[in-house]
Amino acid sequence: MSFLNDELTVKIDLHLEKYPADQRQSALIPVLHLVQEENSGHLTKQILHEVAEYIQIPAISALEAASFYSMFELEPVGKYVISICTNVSCMLRGAEEIVAKMEEHLGIKMGETTANGLYTMRVEEECLAACSSGPVMTINGNYHERLTPQLAVEIIKGLK
Amino acid sequence: MANQICFTTLKFGQPWSLENYENIGGYQALRKIVEEKLTPEQVIETVIQSGLRGRGGAGFPTGRKWSFINREDGKTHYLVCNSDESEPGTCKDRDILRFNPHAVIEGMIIAGYAIGAQHGYNYMRGEFHGDPLHRFEDALQEAKDKGYLGENILGSDISFRIDTHLGAGAYVCGEESALLESLEGKQGRPRFKPPFPAQKGLFGCPTIINNTESLASVPAIIRNGAQWFNDLGVNGNPGEKIFSVSGQVEKPGNFEVPMGIEFSKLLEMSGGVTKGRKLKAIIPGGSSTSVLPAAKLDGMKMDYESIAEHGSALGSGAVIVIDDSACMVKLLRRIVRFYFKESCGQCTPCREGVGWIYRILGRILESDATLEDIDLLESVATNIKGRTVCAFGEAAATPVISFLTHFREEFEAKVDAKVSTAEQKVEA
Ligand SMILES: Cc1cc2nc3c(=O)[nH]c(=O)nc-3n(C[C@H](O)[C@H](O)[C@H](O)COP(=O)(O)O)c2cc1C
Ligand code: SF4
Ligand code: FES
Repeated sequence: MSFLNDELTVKIDLHLEKYPADQRQSALIPVLHLVQEENSGHLTKQILHEVAEYIQIPAISALEAASFYSMFELEPVGKYVISICTNVSCMLRGAEEIVAKMEEHLGIKMGETTANGLYTMRVEEECLAACSSGPVMTINGNYHERLTPQLAVEIIKGLK
Repeated sequence: MANQICFTTLKFGQPWSLENYENIGGYQALRKIVEEKLTPEQVIETVIQSGLRGRGGAGFPTGRKWSFINREDGKTHYLVCNSDESEPGTCKDRDILRFNPHAVIEGMIIAGYAIGAQHGYNYMRGEFHGDPLHRFEDALQEAKDKGYLGENILGSDISFRIDTHLGAGAYVCGEESALLESLEGKQGRPRFKPPFPAQKGLFGCPTIINNTESLASVPAIIRNGAQWFNDLGVNGNPGEKIFSVSGQVEKPGNFEVPMGIEFSKLLEMSGGVTKGRKLKAIIPGGSSTSVLPAAKLDGMKMDYESIAEHGSALGSGAVIVIDDSACMVKLLRRIVRFYFKESCGQCTPCREGVGWIYRILGRILESDATLEDIDLLESVATNIKGRTVCAFGEAAATPVISFLTHFREEFEAKVDAKVSTAEQKVEA
């Protein structure tokens, strides 16, 4: 069974169309975002091979990109992927307390996934570029700003 | 005055709509170029006269950068907008993209015209896949429908195409040559320079890379003239600029205000330092710029020269405010952890040096450091500077050196406290 289907390749073609015909590798990162989302948030070797073949680049190039960029996951992740910013501005506004409260609430440490497969807490190294409304976290890429520990937990409880 | 350049539409309910952008004079600059048949040279000259400097961190004069492109070389040229926004403390480009995407688009079209490019990419960090990307893409469609973008813009022989491209989580991709690698689908490792992108950039073609805010500033300059831009600033510093004030203030936020306003005024606009606390220090231009203790801020104005005279840099305009509750050793360790994890690893001084600094800071905070370790920190950081392929090395070393210069006693106190508890344990 192959992972790429017609519906996906139509979307991939839209990305390829943005770059000169002899620069198909340029579409790689946008396409990896697309297929990762389609595969419940992570990439597999097989998917990387198929994408490379479709884009007509060596498989190693797809592997290299997937391992370099922190938004690409090479292991399964929870249904909800939580990134709490702990960088300098957020740290100054209490990011550590948010991390502590969330770890307590979810019963996992940063970098882990809950046993029921629902929540992953990523180790976020970067600043999320929303510093003046910190502390900040993203859940599946959606921003939640001006957090307090209580608010962060309520947001988690509100997820369906 | 405020909100004269990039935040002009902020007063409207839907600041991102084309209608509201047109309400404040949007696309008039493009119309002026077409109707008055301004040449690329004239456009570049106006931008040079305006004194606009790059808002991405290095502050390079925008018009001069554009003039490096040889329009007559017969090659394909590219324009790239750097919306990677990843310098810690910086959060202005995200708001420009969300609230005034058309200013970025109009700025890109004008820059493309000036450098003889017919194709531009807006490279956004992966985290911007929500509102910033969607608002920008919707705006592209609106601009195309109105004839501002595409073939034969407003009936002229100017054509321009813009595509978006998402990154995927790597600070170093904000560095312009790493960004180009990333845009080519590769790992984001900075290139050796020369050749500079203006000679050999995207797909091997001459390329100009500008920050989102730089490009979004261009339409207002062309529309109102270089003199108008000059008059906006105070103390002889042209224009307005967005300062992202974050950290320990009552009302953090993005403020588009005249260049050269007093730091004390900006602090006041952000509600002042946390209630009941005293100002301890600021990092004035993003985490890669030198920290400045409160005592050194007297009379500092928010412009390139004044901040440099006070011992730091304007950088991206990200002002991180630190009050007297903060531990400078912990803060520096968090900053250094970031550089340690984000180094692309291709130069030994950066890869090994930053890791070494990170481990020493860990020792100071958690176990058995000695006073010599503090000297070691300084010498390792000093040895990174100037020995790397890209400015990341410098960016990582600068906070270390400045924290030690201004707050050395806090580092020493941590070491002393450890030594004395260890001695007590031995005696007991
Ligand atoms: C490590 C590093 C990270 C950078 N990150 C960014 C960034 O996120 N956004 C940006 O516009 N420029 C960033 N820059 C600066 C760019 O290399 C480049 O100078 C800038 O995009 C040029 O645009 P400007 O002249 O309009 O400022 C970074 C530089 C370095 C060394
Ligand atoms: S200085 Fe650091 S980030 Fe820049 S090229 Fe060298 S290793 Fe990579
Ligand atoms: S430091 Fe948290 S968003 Fe920038």
